[in-house]
Parts: sequence; C-alpha cells; structure tokens
Amino acid sequence: MSGVGAGAALANLEAEEVRPLPSKPTRTRRLGFGRWLLPVYVTIAFVFLLIPIVYTIVFSFNDSIKSNIAWRGFTLDKWANVCVVENGAVCEAFGNSILIGVISTLVATTLGTMIAIALVRYRFRGSGAISLLLFLPMATPEVVLGAGLAAQFLAVGVPKDMLTIILAHVMFCISFVVVTVKARVASLDPALEEAGRDLYGSPVQVFWRVTFPLLMPGILAAALLSFALSFDDFIITNFNSGSVTTFPKYIYISATRGIPAEANVIASAVFLLALVAVVVAQLGHAAREKRLAR
Amino acid sequence: MAHLDFAERGADLELAGIHKRFPGFTAIESLDLTIPAGSFFALLGPSGCGKTTTLRLVAGLEEPTSGRIRIGGVDVTDVTAYRRPVNTVFQSYALFPHLSILENVAFGLKRRKIADPLGLAHEALRLVELDHLAGRRPAQLSGGQQQRVALARAIVNRPALLLLDEPLGALDLKLRRQMQLELKSIQTEVGLTFLHVTHDQEEAMTMADTVAVMNKGRIEQLGAPEELYELPRTAFVATFLGQSNLFTGDVVAGNPNSITVDVGGTAIVVPLDRAAKHTGTVSVGVRPEKVALHRSAPAPDGERNVLGAGRVVDVSYTGVSTQYLVEVPGIAGRLTVFAQNSGVGHSASLGDEVWLSWRVEHGFGLADEAEAPARFDDDTDTTALAAQERAALQTELEEA
Repeated sequence: MSGVGAGAALANLEAEEVRPLPSKPTRTRRLGFGRWLLPVYVTIAFVFLLIPIVYTIVFSFNDSIKSNIAWRGFTLDKWANVCVVENGAVCEAFGNSILIGVISTLVATTLGTMIAIALVRYRFRGSGAISLLLFLPMATPEVVLGAGLAAQFLAVGVPKDMLTIILAHVMFCISFVVVTVKARVASLDPALEEAGRDLYGSPVQVFWRVTFPLLMPGILAAALLSFALSFDDFIITNFNSGSVTTFPKYIYISATRGIPAEANVIASAVFLLALVAVVVAQLGHAAREKRLAR
Repeated sequence: MAHLDFAERGADLELAGIHKRFPGFTAIESLDLTIPAGSFFALLGPSGCGKTTTLRLVAGLEEPTSGRIRIGGVDVTDVTAYRRPVNTVFQSYALFPHLSILENVAFGLKRRKIADPLGLAHEALRLVELDHLAGRRPAQLSGGQQQRVALARAIVNRPALLLLDEPLGALDLKLRRQMQLELKSIQTEVGLTFLHVTHDQEEAMTMADTVAVMNKGRIEQLGAPEELYELPRTAFVATFLGQSNLFTGDVVAGNPNSITVDVGGTAIVVPLDRAAKHTGTVSVGVRPEKVALHRSAPAPDGERNVLGAGRVVDVSYTGVSTQYLVEVPGIAGRLTVFAQNSGVGHSASLGDEVWLSWRVEHGFGLADEAEAPARFDDDTDTTALAAQERAALQTELEEA
C-alpha cells in the first residue's frame, strides 16, 4: 500500500518537476559537504568531552601499584576494596563530601526558598538591597570568597572543621537557590493561593497544599544545583576545611603523588549513579506523559 | 471571632457604608447594598469601577477601609477569607494545576473535613456534566470545561453566597450564551445566593434578577434589568446599559402629570413620574428603538414628542434592524434611531429629510446632566490602578 503511494508520489514529483527530495541519490554529491560536516563536528565535540570520563572509568579497572598513569592490566580489586587502601581515606573523603553536600543543600534550599518567596511576594525595607547582595557570591571569584571567609573564621576564632565548610557552602549555595526559586515564585498565579484561602484553606494548609507543590520543580532544581555545587567545590572548601578532607580536596592532594585508582572508582560510581538517575527520571516522565495522554 | 455555620441555603449579604481606599485612589465610596437570600445579583460596570474590589471584600481577600459586611446577619468584616461561608469562581478559574479535576473539586470539602469529599465532588461534577473527566488535570480541559470545574469546585461547598468574578469573560460568544443558561439553571437548582460581577451588560440583563450599575466606586442605580433599561436615572446608566438619545434643556412648563423641557426651541414632554428632576436644567432621553421615523411632519396629537425636520446622515443595516443617525438643527449631537426591518413603518435613505417622534410615556428624565461624558477615562482602568497602587506603596515604604 505505502509502496504504491510512495511510487505515485515520486511520479507526481517528476511530472511536475518540483524540487526533488534531498535523499535522492543524484543530489547527494552537491549536498555532500553539508551532510558530513555536522556529524563529524558533533562526533569530535563529543569525543573531546567524553575522553576524560572514559579515561576515568577505564583506569578505575587498572591494576595500578602506586600511581595510576600507565595501564598495567585489568582488575576488579580496586572496586572491591575501595574502602581498604590508606585506611579508607578515599571513602572517608567521599563520605564527608556527601554529608556536607546533603546538609548544605537542606539548609541552603530551605533558607533560599523562604528568601525567594519573601522577595517576590512582599515589599519591605531593603528588599532591593537584598536582591543585589544575593548576586555577590555568584559574581565574586571563589578565591576571594574562600580567603575572606577563612580570615573571618580566624578573626572570630572559630576552629576550621566540618561546620566551617558547611557554613561556607550554605553561603554560596543560597544565592543559586534564591535565583532558581524566585523565577518559579514569580510565575505563580496569586489567584491560586487566593483560591486556596477561599476554599477554606488556612495559611499553613494553603502553603503546603498549593504553594509548595507548585514551587516543587523549582525547589528540586535548586536543591540539585546546590548539591552539585557543594559536592565538587574545591577552592572555598580548601580555605575553610582545616584538617577535614573532602573528595575534591583528597584528589587535589593525591594528584601530587599520583591519584590512586580508588578515586577513579568513586568518580566512576558517582557518574554512573547520576546517569541512572537521569535515565530513570526520563523514563518516569515519559510514562507519566503517556498515562495523562490517555 | 464569630462562628459561622456553613449554610445549606443561600444567605443574604449586607454591605453597610463600605469605603475602600488604596494608597493613591479610592476604589469604593460609601457603598450600601443588600442582596436578598437566593437571588441572582449582578454588579455591572466598566473596568476600574470598583466591582471586582467589592467582590474581593465580600470574599475576604481585601479588607474595607471602613464599613461592615454581614452575611446572613452575621458580621464577617473581621473574619478571614478561609472562615467565610463564601466561595468564588475566579476570572482566571484558578484551578490547581497540580491536582486532578476531582481533587480540585474536593479541595474545599477536605479542608472542612466533610465526610465523603470524593463522593460529593463526583456529584458536583455530574451537575456540570464533567464527571467523566474527573481523573484529568486542568491543563487537559478546554476553557469552557475549566469554567465548569471552577463552578463545581465552588458550589460543592454549598456556600451561603457564591461570588462570580467575570467567569465567562474568557469564553467565546456561543459558549458564553450556553454557560449563561447553565449558570442560571444551576442557581435555580441549588438555591444559592449568586453575586455576579461583569462588564457585559447583556450578560447581566439576561441572568440577574437584580442589577446594580456601578461607576467610579459607587452604585449609580439598582433594580430589575427591565426597570434599569426602561427608566435609567443617570446619564451613565442611560448610555452604559444600551444606548440613549439625551437632550438637555430648561424646564419651561409643568403640570401635575408632566414636565415640558425646552430643547433648542423644541418642547419635549416627559411624564412627571418618569423624571428624576422637575425644575431647572434637566436632561431627558429616549431609547433609540422607541423613536419612529416619518417622511412627512406628523400631526401633533399631544401624545407624542416630535422633532424635525432633520436629515439622515448615516444608515447602517444590521439585519433585524436598521440604525439611522439623524441630525436635527438646534439639537446638539446626532440622534440614533433603530427601525425594525419588519416591513412596517417608514424607511429612509442617506440625505433624506425626516421627522422623529416618540410616545411621551417612553421618555425619561435624568437626575444628572448628560453633558458629563459617559465614557470612562483610561486612567481608571484596572491595570493602571494597580500600577498606581504599586508606585504609591513603594514611595510609602521608602518614606517609612
């Protein structure tokens, strides 16, 4: 059926001498340059982007002794014993990073969401100044922020440990949370909250039943962003961490004497975990769309 | 705080001496209004006239500067929105996008911890014939369907008073007519008190038992649609609700039954009981469809007012009727005449010399003068008012 239709369509095209389809073999030569340029360019770009990641994953299976630079053969030992070498220094650093990331994200997201709602919904003295000040941590070089904070902690006499790292991370994460959530709050129709009040919802109920669910995508995006920022921050952390080692700091320190393959194992695991999360989220989204489309 | 039971039947609404001032302007000026239980009441007026503010005051979304609001005899002025036995159908519908249609409708019931909220929600959805879409999200519904969900979400609570904020404004004409009929039948069916805010005079007239025409923060006239149309008391009502031919002149003679007004040399007689003002300079008027067109001077018989001779300066054919614009020497402005295309009576064409007449009892006398332009200013438009309010608030904050 379709073959007949296509044939008829082609005959029709030829009869009327309309511009032939680009897929017709006679035309490929003229369009040739444009046809291969884009795929080649895209391939090169992706190879360039992916080589470091592939390198990291491949060398997590390297049977290295001290430094992990030359390929010495395949092994699963590094994956199996990731927390054993150096008394588990890699795992401890990773655990610290996760803990700092989770706490900083929770604090920064909660405070940032509240600030964002206040800035959009209410006009108060100094609201303009606050909006401006919130941009400062984003605009200031990290070295300056880190050094400034370190000097501050020294002056006040706060010992540098996990707490100072968390304080530093909350500080720069808040800005990103506010910017992300503010956009969401601004796009929220105030009539929805009024409808909530009109339908016998107390202020608390209206917030949790109407405002919060509607802000959720923005809050979630802000939390993910803040976790990512906290997890891989090195500069500010290095200034304010004292003897506490985070994952990026561990890698930086060990880079001078050759990064152990265990670091590759952790990095690969994080990457794969993130990949799985994205795929699952996409599939879930597609399934929901399909369900709603019915 | 006053404890309010949620009514099974409509309750009456009473607004007493309401003033509402926003920084920089007054939205409502000394408003007194009583809406009897079970009635369908329309607040009609141009944008920026204070009708939506009135609605928001009743809903508890705004607080009056002064005055009291009573629902079913209970003072609710200081009762917060979520404790008032009132529900609103918002202009934008304001359906919760993250909830299904059923959850939207059940929202109010759940907040009040009513037994079997989902069953009642299904019942309300059946009333608006949308129960088959209960599982969908608002975004998957058409405008008319969303409007009906918004209505179901409000009436499922059996509020003492249902507020409708131009709920049909976003619908196309055909759907609007259909929804008007449905709204009216639902109101009769459930017996609630409806307060409907609109700028569409036809909508107000076809649906409401009582219409209040609002302008610049005050009610100009209140009454049954027919009464408002046949006997407008102010120039604003005469021109906002349909069209009118208005003439201004001095009262030159009067008797117990009528007054005679001299308009540019022509005497126009208006029955005394149809004139709001009986002495001095008065404005009188007549509706265009009450005016008859003559090709020769009609014999004066004391029962009709006659103007002429004048000249037809414009003719537009609208199907059921033809609209003529006639200029009469000595009379300011052009007169509008609607002539039914029924084959009865005279017709005229452009440039023809014509006489106009209407029965004395069809004329009306206004309480104010027609000279004040009936068109509202652009700066009283709602968005402009909101901008003004914001600016004023900002300066106030900076001064504080």
